[in-house]
Amino acid sequence: MERAKCLEVIYPELKDKLVVTIMGACAQELYNLGHRENFFYLQHAMGLASSIGLGLAKHLPKEKIVVLDGDGSVLMNLGTLSTLARYRPKNMLHIIFDNGSLLSTGGFASHTTSGLTDLAMMARGAGIEHVATAVNPLQFGEAVLDAFERDDFSFIVAKVQAIGPDKFGMDLHLAENAFRFRRYIQEKKQQGLKE
Amino acid sequence: MSVSYENSKRVFEGIKAAGIKSVSALPETWLVHLLQRAEDDPDLELIEVAKEEEAIGIAAGAYFAGEPHLLLMQNHGFLAAINGIVSLAQLYHIPLCMLIAFRGHWGEPYPWHTRGGIITEEVLRALGIPFEYARAPENVAKQIKEAYTFSQSSLSPVALLLTRDLMED
Ligand SMILES: Cc1ncc(C[n+]2csc(CCOP(=O)(O)OP(=O)(O)O)c2C)c(N)n1
Repeated sequence: MERAKCLEVIYPELKDKLVVTIMGACAQELYNLGHRENFFYLQHAMGLASSIGLGLAKHLPKEKIVVLDGDGSVLMNLGTLSTLARYRPKNMLHIIFDNGSLLSTGGFASHTTSGLTDLAMMARGAGIEHVATAVNPLQFGEAVLDAFERDDFSFIVAKVQAIGPDKFGMDLHLAENAFRFRRYIQEKKQQGLKE
Repeated sequence: MSVSYENSKRVFEGIKAAGIKSVSALPETWLVHLLQRAEDDPDLELIEVAKEEEAIGIAAGAYFAGEPHLLLMQNHGFLAAINGIVSLAQLYHIPLCMLIAFRGHWGEPYPWHTRGGIITEEVLRALGIPFEYARAPENVAKQIKEAYTFSQSSLSPVALLLTRDLMED
């Protein structure tokens, strides 16, 4: 399964959610589908995408948060799994695209490549209840729909191939992305207050 | 030496008076009374992390959400959070208001705190993070408010170092 394909499957669903994605290949694939003001691209700090997600989810209970993470990134911040289990943000979905690779830096094998390290099992061990693994786009789409219907924290490991986009480049500065993402949220909050 | 109950209360009242609505934290001896109060306060959202770098992400989320947020940690936690501070907060111009227990300095009896204590100020300077020392209990509320205000106007991490004078009796 290709991550780009997975993103294409869920892209329409991301319209009204707050999306935080990891750097590099994943960010580019999402951007290539069409940037939206509700997307935040974490271009460097490995491991923190789900922590940003938790911060958003805890302070915006009416919003739905989707975090697009990678195996290499989440392995840098495993404590996040237990923090998420403890605070259980009901309005958050954490997706790990497990390509068994540090794809965005030369494609070196990651610790999950051999299949020895099982991220889904680690999430369960951390105390996360709703954990799914998807190996094809149909399974992935279903797992995501289940997660959106469920009013509870959900975690999906999507097994994907270690391939990324051919070209890199975004017409969006990092700080600009942060400013606009915040503004999008604040305007939505204002509208919510008016309604 | 014991952790000052009275001054911890002052710090907590300062946090509340600054309009802070949520706090992310990792415990440390000097912070125990403070964290106890935070846990007991139904109006304050407290998120305890497994490692301080997580709190940088949480603070960014709170900032995007528009909620006044503050981070509580000891200086070794600050050292453990540096990549997040640099590559998330500073890179994206996200403010952080950090209250840091300044262990391992003048009067420190415990050897394990000393290396971190000795280098903390230089690391803050190297990172270009503005910092102040909280020593006098009567000033600390004002200092917290000012730290928060400055973090928001500068869109930068700001640190208030909680010193031994303040935190111990
Ligand atoms: C602290 C740190 N070390 C190393 C890097 C270099 N780096 C950039 S992307 C990346 C790999 C990310 O892997 P993963 O999260 O699995 O995503 P993928 O690129 O495979 O999609 C690495 C190691 C970095 N950004 N930060």
